[in-house]
Amino acid sequence: MLDATGKALIEVSGLKMYFPITAGVFRKHVGDVKAVDNVSFTIYEGETLGLVGESGCGKSTCGRAILRLYEPTAGAVRIDSKDVLAADANTLREMRPKMQMVFQDPQASLNPRMTVAAIIGEPLDEHTSLSKKDKLARIYELMDQVGLNRDFANRYPHEFSGGQRQRIGIARALALNPKFIVCDEPIAALDVSIQAQVVNLLEELQDRLGLTYLFISHDLSMVRHIADRVAVMYLGQIIELAPRDPLYLEPLHPYTQALLSAVPEPDPEAEKSRRRIILKGDVPSPANPPKGCNFCTRCPKVMDICRQIEPTFHEVQPGRYVACHLYQETAG
Amino acid sequence: MPDGALPVLEVSGLKTIFRTRGGEVHAVNSVSFDLRPGELLGVVGESGSGKSVTMMSLIGLLPSPPAEVRDGTVIFDGKDLLNCSVAELREVRGPGIGFIFQDPMTSLNPVFTVGYQLREPLIKHMGMTKAQAQVRAKELLELVGIPDAERRLRDFPHQFSGGMRQRVMIAIALACDPKVLIADEPTTALDVTIQAQILELVKELRQKLGMAIVWITHDLGVIAGIADRIMVMYGGQVVEQGPVSEVFHNPRHPYTRALLKTVPSVRGERTAKLSVIEGQPPILRGAPSACPFRDRCAQAFDRCASENPARHPVGPGHDAACFWDFDADAPRTQEAAHA
Repeated sequence: MLDATGKALIEVSGLKMYFPITAGVFRKHVGDVKAVDNVSFTIYEGETLGLVGESGCGKSTCGRAILRLYEPTAGAVRIDSKDVLAADANTLREMRPKMQMVFQDPQASLNPRMTVAAIIGEPLDEHTSLSKKDKLARIYELMDQVGLNRDFANRYPHEFSGGQRQRIGIARALALNPKFIVCDEPIAALDVSIQAQVVNLLEELQDRLGLTYLFISHDLSMVRHIADRVAVMYLGQIIELAPRDPLYLEPLHPYTQALLSAVPEPDPEAEKSRRRIILKGDVPSPANPPKGCNFCTRCPKVMDICRQIEPTFHEVQPGRYVACHLYQETAG
Repeated sequence: MPDGALPVLEVSGLKTIFRTRGGEVHAVNSVSFDLRPGELLGVVGESGSGKSVTMMSLIGLLPSPPAEVRDGTVIFDGKDLLNCSVAELREVRGPGIGFIFQDPMTSLNPVFTVGYQLREPLIKHMGMTKAQAQVRAKELLELVGIPDAERRLRDFPHQFSGGMRQRVMIAIALACDPKVLIADEPTTALDVTIQAQILELVKELRQKLGMAIVWITHDLGVIAGIADRIMVMYGGQVVEQGPVSEVFHNPRHPYTRALLKTVPSVRGERTAKLSVIEGQPPILRGAPSACPFRDRCAQAFDRCASENPARHPVGPGHDAACFWDFDADAPRTQEAAHA
């Protein structure tokens, strides 16, 4: 998946999302939680970019900021070369149908008082002027697409299992023929045997409808399955971005190496012989990131320079980007 | 684990039901297993398969009503725990059987310091004075790898990170030197790098302390690395049980086979399409009269709908509850003679 063929659909540059910390009666601004700190990447049309990282690293915030569900602090996001962050309310509303989201918790993201038909039909009410009959036809079509029985259109979310609820969420996201969908941990709340069903559905829909995904997940093995390229986040920054196979075969950044080595493998013999890289300690607070490289407090290969100077995020091999001093000199 | 050693925990025919408005839910149905000294038994299953309920039934931790342990025996230390009084059970919990719960945030008391919560079992069960308990509490925190233990004892749970809290939970469970440790999805709420830390810690502690452990999880990868034996649960029943390498390389129940295939890998071959177990897990209304997996099973045939298969031996120390014979790729012809 090299850039020569694909057309860039999403371009994110220098995205920053800071949440202010305030203190005292006057809510004086005393600092920022740097949830997303200077993140740049591109997603090409028809591809799936996996965004992985541990909880609290800012991957969900990043996904939401791209869709402007938050107001980002700085940076630019272009979808189809239109600037999302600069758009005023009306323009933004016109852009919304192009970009949709599937949320993590299907229980919390579906209104319990609305029927399935009403949930899937709501974006149609908001953005189209279909007749009642056409709308119902479209709702049925969507339900067929995601594998829900049409007879359940008048049921409520609580009558469905987790996997089916996630299908409702996906149908709602598809309602307006989007080009780009942010999938924010769409399978994290599901059982192992149901996860595969939902992932296969997402892949099928991508093939059929030519969708582009940003697939946010902490499950590295599932991301390896679904993504074409993978970005690894740590403490608000992307520290490595590479095509899938090279990343999993030969991770460059020490954090990616540790992260991959920490994933247990369902094979007893491999597990016995394998040596894990065990990281010491916990992730520092994003309100007070360490000086220099964000990973320097836990890095097994830390050098003096790492505690002083922040490494830049740059291309070390064609299509492979890393932010680490170990690879700094090769770039010249 | 030494073969022939007497099991420390022997469960047979355990049945737990929940009374709900929609009728009885048979959450645990005739579960039998044993645990040998020093062994790590992995229990795998999806949510609702009855793995946690089984373990909580053992030591009377389920609220009754709605739960009711209807049948079975749980032999621990020569006593049947299901016939014990509340006071007797309290003596078993802690020094006999320790429990690590899934969510370290909700199972620690937020208004007491970690030190207080660590000292409590030591004073109640081990008869220590407060000063003795304080010393032991510090040792325990050091044992689970929390730096600056003495100062951290004065901290409250919210001052610890998720991984640290789980370490505190482990320290509390270890406080009374239990013979058996039951760990209910202890790493599910944690990130992979923290999970790796905890797994290393458990391996280390096992060597040092030599207790028997039951490790509940839905993650086959976690089990592969640490377990000696594995027990697969589905629909409130044990569907397969055996030594870990046997079950992974030679699974004998269609559910185990399918489960092993649905999990993608971070290493090795990447499959173009994930294989899927179609359908939903069963709703456990009424006593099961058929195989709980039959609706999702590729091998299912008429007998599966009329009879619930019993576990029968398929290899040394390995049994499965299925009518299908995977060697012959045909229904099993007869009940194999088994003990």
